[in-house]
Amino acid sequence: MATVMNKDSWVTEKLLLGMSLPDYLRSLLTPFNFIIAAILAVGIPITWIRFTQGIGAISNLSDNNPWGLWIGVDVLSGVALAAGGFTMGTAVYLFGMKKYKPIVRPAILTGFLGYFFVVIGLCYDLGRPWRLPYPMFVSYGVTSVMFLVGWHVATYLTVQFFEFCPALFEWLGWKNWRKWSVRITIGATIFGVILSTLHQSALGALFLMAGAKLHPLWYSPFIPVFFFISAICAGMTMVIFESTLSHRIFGDQVSHADHKRLDDITLGLGQGASALLFTYFCLKWIGVAHDNNWHYLSTEMGNWFLLEVFGFVLAPSLLMFWASRRQSPGMVRVGATWAILGIIFNRVIVSMIALNWDQVDRYIPHWMEFGVTITVITIGVLTFRFIVNRMPILRKHPAYVDDDH
Amino acid sequence: MSLKRRDFLKLSTAAACLGVTSTAHGMEDFKGWPDRYGMLTDTTLCIGANCRRCEEACKKTNKRSLEGLNLSDNSVFDHQRRTDPNSYTVVNRFANREDPENPIYVKKQCMHCNEPACASACLVRAFTKTPEGPVLYNKDVCIGCRYCMLACPFRMPTYDYFDAFSPEVRKCTMCHDRIIEGKIPACADVCPKEAITFGKRSDLILLAREKIRHDPDRYQQHIYGEEEVGGTSWLYLAGTDFTNIGFANNLGSTPYPEFTRGFLSAVPIVLTVWPVMLTGFWKFSKARERQEAGPETDTTVDDEKGWGDGYRHE
Repeated sequence: MATVMNKDSWVTEKLLLGMSLPDYLRSLLTPFNFIIAAILAVGIPITWIRFTQGIGAISNLSDNNPWGLWIGVDVLSGVALAAGGFTMGTAVYLFGMKKYKPIVRPAILTGFLGYFFVVIGLCYDLGRPWRLPYPMFVSYGVTSVMFLVGWHVATYLTVQFFEFCPALFEWLGWKNWRKWSVRITIGATIFGVILSTLHQSALGALFLMAGAKLHPLWYSPFIPVFFFISAICAGMTMVIFESTLSHRIFGDQVSHADHKRLDDITLGLGQGASALLFTYFCLKWIGVAHDNNWHYLSTEMGNWFLLEVFGFVLAPSLLMFWASRRQSPGMVRVGATWAILGIIFNRVIVSMIALNWDQVDRYIPHWMEFGVTITVITIGVLTFRFIVNRMPILRKHPAYVDDDH
Repeated sequence: MSLKRRDFLKLSTAAACLGVTSTAHGMEDFKGWPDRYGMLTDTTLCIGANCRRCEEACKKTNKRSLEGLNLSDNSVFDHQRRTDPNSYTVVNRFANREDPENPIYVKKQCMHCNEPACASACLVRAFTKTPEGPVLYNKDVCIGCRYCMLACPFRMPTYDYFDAFSPEVRKCTMCHDRIIEGKIPACADVCPKEAITFGKRSDLILLAREKIRHDPDRYQQHIYGEEEVGGTSWLYLAGTDFTNIGFANNLGSTPYPEFTRGFLSAVPIVLTVWPVMLTGFWKFSKARERQEAGPETDTTVDDEKGWGDGYRHE
């Protein structure tokens, strides 16, 4: 009987946040959870239709438009926005920028869950998702950029899991495991940067095959570089966005001193993101100059391009620059959110608006495609909340207060 | 394709190691399987209306549903059709600028490229350029990412969007099984106007040139597919500019696999150089840290414990 009681207390302590089951269930009755339940009430039936009647039953994807919202938002934007893990890991562990240490764990968790839910989202889009391991174990298409993407996303997901392990083992109380998981940090970080460099740029390189389909203002031999640089911008601004929300929502886990520190961190990140976004802005113009595409700027697609580079690259860059000079973390946060929208906008343009721009049969997502995307993001947020509420992500584990990992 | 790339990688690695410029092999082009077959469609011969027997023969040989197929229903020409999972080939009608009384009919299907974009784009090597010429698809490895469809410059592959359990990419096979049996592709076999000719691709190019030379008023001086995207097995002749009958003129003559070659070649470089460079950054920041901390700290002791340990204590 003693073991049963132990088990009960383990469940109570680790999973139910120290409450009894009825208490815990009662604590779930919040307005936020009702919204989530409503989303899932739509998302789960859509999922059922997708996996019993096919992709066509819930989407407007077609033979002319084989890729849509799920690739543009769930995959391309999702991977870019999950770049925070490797960006912050590099800054803190490799470059020694210790100031940012408090946000490394949440950044790595965001990255890990980001990639994990990119793969979940991809399962809706792939015709036979159960064959996901095929490029790894069955048939090797080594001439394909997609082969690289597949391998790297799978490997990097594993690496990020290892990077997340110290928090997991602290929560489980496995001291020796925790020790070993901390020791591989530098190796994992370096490996993660290599993988990220390659697959972030590879997502852009996928479109090198779409020369006759993608509008010249976006089709460029530099598209791998565009994707890589903008992914770092996305990673940094996403860390600003995520840490702001986390400190609001999970404020009870964070000390007053940490709130102060976050403002400082936000200003620093804002400065960096602003500089990098400006670099990206310049690169986009080098792309136009390289292919001498100036004459397209006065066309309808040119308007989209100008809107993107001025409205969603230069503008948030200048705002964050100005805000970090004025020591205004609030405005940095506005700029960061703006920049995030800009990078999603870029991925949507490349994969939907500027792709097949000259065709009659244009793609507009079905509402159920949005349903899938929202459902996947919602489950991702739920998982993030579940982990942050239980594991030492924002706070320090009592046993490791002095350990600086 | 894969052979080529492997050779290229081997060569570049060897050249990098030895510090020599060895281009003799690297400049050697694979011109394609020498005796591969092709098809030549002469759009000036196709009658289209009340015919479409190629569509019917194609459906039959590929065991596609014949439901809704009415060869005498010419209203299908009122709009442009494309290939779909049940139709590996379609005939479309285009207005004839030179002779409005006689519209132009164009049969479309997979072009069976010499260096197929789909084959180089596929991450599980589901496409093969056979020595006989047809580009074939292997449903047993396909994961359904549809990158082949994005990559195809002719937008020919189609997908079973309404099959949840065993969806396939579907496209013309140039009747590879019939070719192996010594027969000719079903569409060419059935065409009452001999608008489709089957033969060795090299012979077909000579035939097409001969036709143009013989009747320069009837034909444009252009064999579509001879140069496009590095050449295709399916070739076309036309009496009007190809852009008037739905052929893209912006595809260039570079084989599509070339577009990603540069990027893929950079991959091994990143894999080799990044680890050293990043470790260097790490060592550099460690050294700076130690300098800032002064000689009295225990960081040196930590470092002796080895890789990955020093950062734990500051």
